[in-house]
Amino acid sequence: MSRLWLFEETINTDVLAPGFYMKSPLAELSQHCLEAVRPEFASKVKKGDVLLAGDNMGVGSSREQAAEVLKFLGISCIIAKSFAGIFYRNAINLGLPAFLLPKDSQLPKEFVDGSSVVFDFENSILFLEGSGIQINLDPLPAFLQELINDGGLVPHLEKRFDEK
Amino acid sequence: MTTLAQKIIANACKKSDVGPGEVVVCKVDLAMIHDSGGPRRVKPILEKLNRKVWDAEKVVVVTDHYVPIESEETRAIHELTKKWVLNQDIQNFYDQQGICHVVVPEKGHLKPGMFCVGGDSHSPTGGAFGAYMFGIGATEMAGVLATGEIWLKVPKTIFIKWKGKLNNLVTAKDMMLATCRKIGMGGGQYQAIQYIGEAIYDLSVQDRMTLSNMAAELGAQTGLIAPDDKTIDYIKSSGGLVPENWKSFRLDEPTSDASVNEFDASTLSPQIAAPHSPENSENADEFANTVFDVAYIGACTGAKYVDLAAAASVLKGRKIASGISLKVAPASLKDEKQAFEDGILKILQDAGAEFLPNSCGICAGYGKDRLAEGQVCLSSTARNFQGRMGAPTSEVYLASPYTVAASAVVGKMTDPRKLMVN
Repeated sequence: MSRLWLFEETINTDVLAPGFYMKSPLAELSQHCLEAVRPEFASKVKKGDVLLAGDNMGVGSSREQAAEVLKFLGISCIIAKSFAGIFYRNAINLGLPAFLLPKDSQLPKEFVDGSSVVFDFENSILFLEGSGIQINLDPLPAFLQELINDGGLVPHLEKRFDEK
Repeated sequence: MTTLAQKIIANACKKSDVGPGEVVVCKVDLAMIHDSGGPRRVKPILEKLNRKVWDAEKVVVVTDHYVPIESEETRAIHELTKKWVLNQDIQNFYDQQGICHVVVPEKGHLKPGMFCVGGDSHSPTGGAFGAYMFGIGATEMAGVLATGEIWLKVPKTIFIKWKGKLNNLVTAKDMMLATCRKIGMGGGQYQAIQYIGEAIYDLSVQDRMTLSNMAAELGAQTGLIAPDDKTIDYIKSSGGLVPENWKSFRLDEPTSDASVNEFDASTLSPQIAAPHSPENSENADEFANTVFDVAYIGACTGAKYVDLAAAASVLKGRKIASGISLKVAPASLKDEKQAFEDGILKILQDAGAEFLPNSCGICAGYGKDRLAEGQVCLSSTARNFQGRMGAPTSEVYLASPYTVAASAVVGKMTDPRKLMVN
């Protein structure tokens, strides 16, 4: 069972990975993830939790630590109305699944911050625990699905180089 | 009919033509990395993959984030960067000479038709030279360095057309803040933006760089401007070799199905964007009398030679108001030298400016000068997200160098034209 972290606002890379801590090790940087907008996030988030965001998720910098800290803190999947392009690529490259809500669809009102959810990666469905309510997400294109299955770009390239 | 973006991408993936939505694998002509997202992040990955960079001549390394060195942590990052550059036989290494987006073109590395990646979100700046350049993260950069390739979904082109002529004291920065308001920070949809129209081609190359740079703030993958004689003169004067076929990249007619956002430069006023987004922009007049603590002329967006010259034209013979601190971080050493020779630095200094190193500095929230709790800054930079330039409670307003300088003199935010008529 996972906690749903719901963000209505646009989440940018500076609040995910604040510049001042970028020189620090990932473990330290992670402790400042989202502190400007949700100070309790870094200490409360647990392995397997799901983050659901609004439009233009991850807008801003190319720093991939913005996605990496979420993975480090245990987030298993990011869902958003729309993603900033660089952040989306970074998440997938790091092996962190990123899914879009279907265009023009509304998030069922039963999904609130703190909801208990179950995420089905194979079928890209987010279930609201014990309610029968679900959201069907846009599936990933096949070649990105493969990247995620390999564990991200680095293991994917290792596989490719080994095959040669 | 093909767009500039499609022509460059088709060349890079060795196809006769490509269409929007098609996924292709492109050969990279140039990969730019800096000290923050560069060697310290890609080295362990390349070691894991047991690969050196695919072509050392196509890699450019710039140190610009952890400048100046002010701690053991940042010294270690510089040491690692230097050793790695040597180990990889990379000749194109610019150490503490300014911000990558300004240094790379001023050293003659960018030309029309190139397909380039940069390890920084403001990499679309290269679009001002007719190069398809975009930002990527460190793992993806390691992949490029290992293979020389990157996948891409061919974008559609969204045209931003500026007709008419800009008024005095209105700049490229004002054009971008107005564009951010009109189409929003997601308006670029990670597609290619291309700037067209008379007001674009009237701009100097460095001013055009401000437009391409802030394609990042529109959420576009890149921000192209078709090359013209000004582009070619800039490249030649930077020591770059101009490709003979450069005119074949002078493509700026919107395709029949393209979306074209039209703006009129002749009616544009100086803009200010309120915290915490560049799209919160209004005419500067709307913010008249808003108080602030720090006036910042800095970053790749707002401290190139043209930006320093703009600030100086306002500050000549004037002093900044008491209670305001004016900080100036010239975007590159070359631009700083030129500004020194032209007497611009003297004007800024006499007005009361404090100079900071040629680095990303406060704009990226790096270093000791970042904003303190509750400080309000009026900045010539690109991005004013909450906490970006310092403490979470600091606030950043964005404006052009003219507006920042005039507001520093008045002691409150102002349309620079109010000061300059007096």
